[in-house]
Amino acid sequence: MASITIEAITKTFGAVPVLHDIDLSIGDGEFVVLVGPSGCGKSTLLRMIAGLEDITAGEIRIDDRRINEVAPKDRDIAMVFQSYALYPHMTVADNMSYSLKLRKTAREKIAEAVGAAAGKLGLDPLLARRPKALSGGQRQRVAMGRAIVRHPKAFLFDEPLSNLDARLREQMRAEIKRLHKSIGATSVYVTHDQIEAMTLADRIVAMHGGIIQQVGNPLDLYDRPANLFVAGFIGSPAMNFVEGHCRAGVIETTDGSKVAIPEGIHLTEGQAVTIGIRPEHVRIVAGSEAGSYTARVDLVEPTGFGTIVHVRLLGQDLKIYTLERGVAVVGQPLHIALDSTRLHLFDRETTNRIG
Amino acid sequence: MTRKRLVLTVLHRLAVLAYVAFALFPLFWLLKVSVTPTSLLYTEGIRLWPSRASLEHYEFVLTHSSFPTFFLNSTIVSASTAVIVTIVSSLAGYAMSRFVFRGKYWIVALLLLTQMFPLVMLIAPMFKMLSPLGLTNSLTGLVIVYVAFNVPFATFLMQSFFDGIPKDLEDAAMIDGATRFTAFRQIILPLTLPGIAATLGFVFTAAWSELLFALMLISGEKATTFPVGLLSFVSKFSVDFGQMMAAGVLALIPACLFFLLIQRYLVQGLTAGAVKG
Amino acid sequence: MTSFSAAAPPNGDRRTPMQRLAARLEPWLYSAPVLILIVAIMLVPLALGVSYAFRDIKLLNPFSGGFVGLKHFRELASDSAFRGALINTLWWTFSSVILQFLFGLILALLLNQPFKGRALAQALCFLPWAVPSFLSGLDWAWMFNPVVGPIPHWLYALGIMSEPSNILSDPKTAMWGPIVANVWWGIPFFAITMLAALQAIPKDLYEAAEIDGAGPIERFRSITVPFLAPTMAISILLRTVWIANFADLIIVMTNGGPADRTQIVASYIFTQAFRRLDFGYASAIALVLLVLLLAYSMLIVVLRQTMLSRH
Ligand SMILES: Nc1ncnc2c1ncn2[C@@H]1O[C@H](COP(=O)(O)OP(=O)(O)OP(=O)(O)O)[C@@H](O)[C@H]1O
Ligand SMILES: [Mg+2]
Repeated sequence: MASITIEAITKTFGAVPVLHDIDLSIGDGEFVVLVGPSGCGKSTLLRMIAGLEDITAGEIRIDDRRINEVAPKDRDIAMVFQSYALYPHMTVADNMSYSLKLRKTAREKIAEAVGAAAGKLGLDPLLARRPKALSGGQRQRVAMGRAIVRHPKAFLFDEPLSNLDARLREQMRAEIKRLHKSIGATSVYVTHDQIEAMTLADRIVAMHGGIIQQVGNPLDLYDRPANLFVAGFIGSPAMNFVEGHCRAGVIETTDGSKVAIPEGIHLTEGQAVTIGIRPEHVRIVAGSEAGSYTARVDLVEPTGFGTIVHVRLLGQDLKIYTLERGVAVVGQPLHIALDSTRLHLFDRETTNRIG
Repeated sequence: MTRKRLVLTVLHRLAVLAYVAFALFPLFWLLKVSVTPTSLLYTEGIRLWPSRASLEHYEFVLTHSSFPTFFLNSTIVSASTAVIVTIVSSLAGYAMSRFVFRGKYWIVALLLLTQMFPLVMLIAPMFKMLSPLGLTNSLTGLVIVYVAFNVPFATFLMQSFFDGIPKDLEDAAMIDGATRFTAFRQIILPLTLPGIAATLGFVFTAAWSELLFALMLISGEKATTFPVGLLSFVSKFSVDFGQMMAAGVLALIPACLFFLLIQRYLVQGLTAGAVKG
Repeated sequence: MTSFSAAAPPNGDRRTPMQRLAARLEPWLYSAPVLILIVAIMLVPLALGVSYAFRDIKLLNPFSGGFVGLKHFRELASDSAFRGALINTLWWTFSSVILQFLFGLILALLLNQPFKGRALAQALCFLPWAVPSFLSGLDWAWMFNPVVGPIPHWLYALGIMSEPSNILSDPKTAMWGPIVANVWWGIPFFAITMLAALQAIPKDLYEAAEIDGAGPIERFRSITVPFLAPTMAISILLRTVWIANFADLIIVMTNGGPADRTQIVASYIFTQAFRRLDFGYASAIALVLLVLLLAYSMLIVVLRQTMLSRH
């Protein structure tokens, strides 16, 4: 097990900058998830830790040892690829033991390690098969097996579940979490799926445009997103954003409605802000009450457990997530209350959180 | 409507049949004359099959002529060329497929250039270069020349095969503890085996067919290859049609065997050889 | 340390210069054997050949070797055999390419239909491509020979010939011999490339066009042709250059005769070098051929550019 320190890492491909001045330290045994939209540089960062990409500037250390110049094979790191990258001409057992053979491990030790890993992942009956004869889920397991056989210093995962169907993905997600609990290895996990990030991570690193936007535990990111990007990225259905200006102690939205400023927040007169409201935090109330709004229902999307209701409010298509059924009918008015303690305010200029 | 379709189908099959007949007839004729006894050759000149077939010409060619030597020489030259070209071009093809480096563009341009200029240009200077080295009239000289001629095309071909193998596999191997060269040998090469076989086949066929440089560089019987031997046989004994054609059929055999081997890769081979170079 | 870091990138890469050089050289190491072979065995002789064009090099004359300037080219200008060879080259190249292309395209279209036994028919139709070129030449020479070949007898029976004779020995018809052999041998090349291009056309395009009411001819015109056009253009261009240089069939079948009526430039070069052992003159012709081919390729590139810019 090991800690990983990333210091002032920059990466350019030719003249194209991809990562800007990344700092991150990952503790021993920690499970860190890099999350962000496609093309934000997650894979690049991961591959730099693995040694598959050169480091343009900055330093990466594993256990305080600088590894910029260390070849991938000498970093003692395991990686699970999105494509699984199983060796097609080798059996499952050979795939799993390849790294040990390269390290000239004794044969009995190899058999023992492969057996243990196969047992953990339920791969015993598949050991003699070639990857071609496996299902997608089984291949994914073998890729995991190949990584854990080695007891490496750290695990790197690059979107390991994105080629699985939804049900299998859920199952493997839980399994990875369980595996991490039992092995306790330092892990860096890349995904663009925020649910995976929320469920797996000890700490989430949200990235955008080659820059780290926020680092924190999953609920921190959910409760107190540091900027508009994180606010919009974490949470499903996504947060509603309403634009407005501070006018005479209240926020006036583009359609002229007024929203009270949450307590303890100071805005300057005329400041341009964006209000963030999570759909699950919009309350539907029985009748008109103080500070409530009335809006016409546009669209109703039942998801089974809850319902997503779209209304036209504050100059926006506002989404509401409710667990109550049958409260909204298309075309009918709906009374809505916004909980001021659950509003997020962002400066529209800097996109940063206010308060 | 159905009647029209029927007519079209019949026309289509007839057209395919005509093509097959056109492709096979010359080869069939070669075979036919080679098994026609000399006594029947002129009386049954244009019959589709002689009234009596015999292998006398083959027997003569195999026992009383130098063709077995020619055959052996050609096999040695073609096989060595194929093996050397495949090794060398798989290394270069790998570099072209996997590395991004300055100068790659120039290598591609160089390889393309060699595919564009007329090789007959090289006949005279090649002879002048090789003769002081004692490489004229030797199989080694031929192999060297053929290797150089086939390497550009084979490099493009191997590159296309490597391009078909995901880069992730080497990355995985390197993380598993392999150097790049180990990953190349243990992971990538085994996966390229079909491509390697195809390259071997293409190069073997090309070397087996080469005539002009062999004519120029080889003069003694000892190092004569099959094409040169057959051609000089034709100009010397141009009446012995049966024997010539029997020798021709023998020359056809290895080429056809390799054709079966590379059939699946014709498209890749031709696009590597033609569109790229 | 301080003097080093001025040259090195900020601090991302602290390998020694040796290590960095090794990493830089890795792709070159893989490519080195190929590069060495090509430079030593193709580029060096090419340069030598260019220099021979301006020298007097006759293999049988030990006193030759001196520079003669443009003498060979002046000779060339008045060499009627060379002029004839130029015309024959055009004739040989364009009729071979056009026929190979047309028959190849038709074969590809035929083989693009699914039918029982298609794989076998395809393998058989492509077989001539595997026949060594010298053997194709010999085989067809025999086919045209009235003693053992059927073709003169067929032509006689059809009334095209007054008596069964060898078209290869008649100066008026001799060129058709190598052309027919070349077409037979080269159809598979075009058929294979066109078939690959045909199979790369997405099938749903045809379905969409059919739903839109396009008939078979309209579909061919508006989908097949535009999709095939790039492949056609590039394979015709490259094949033209290749066939212009392809002397094997002519050497084998007619040796340029009768009366030089089948002599193309490539076979003329070979004859000069191989039979007359006049390397200087052969190299001069080769240089002219190279320049002509380069000019042709340029012309095509320029044409392509203007066509592209017009669209
Ligand atoms: N070899 C390369 N050469 C040039 N640019 C590259 C290269 N590899 C990646 N990039 C660029 O770097 C940026 C980041 O790529 P990266 O693969 O790290 O994204 P990602 O966050 O993993 O995205 P995804 O979720 O789609 O996998 C992209 O804009 C990509 O185009
Ligand atoms: Mg990625």
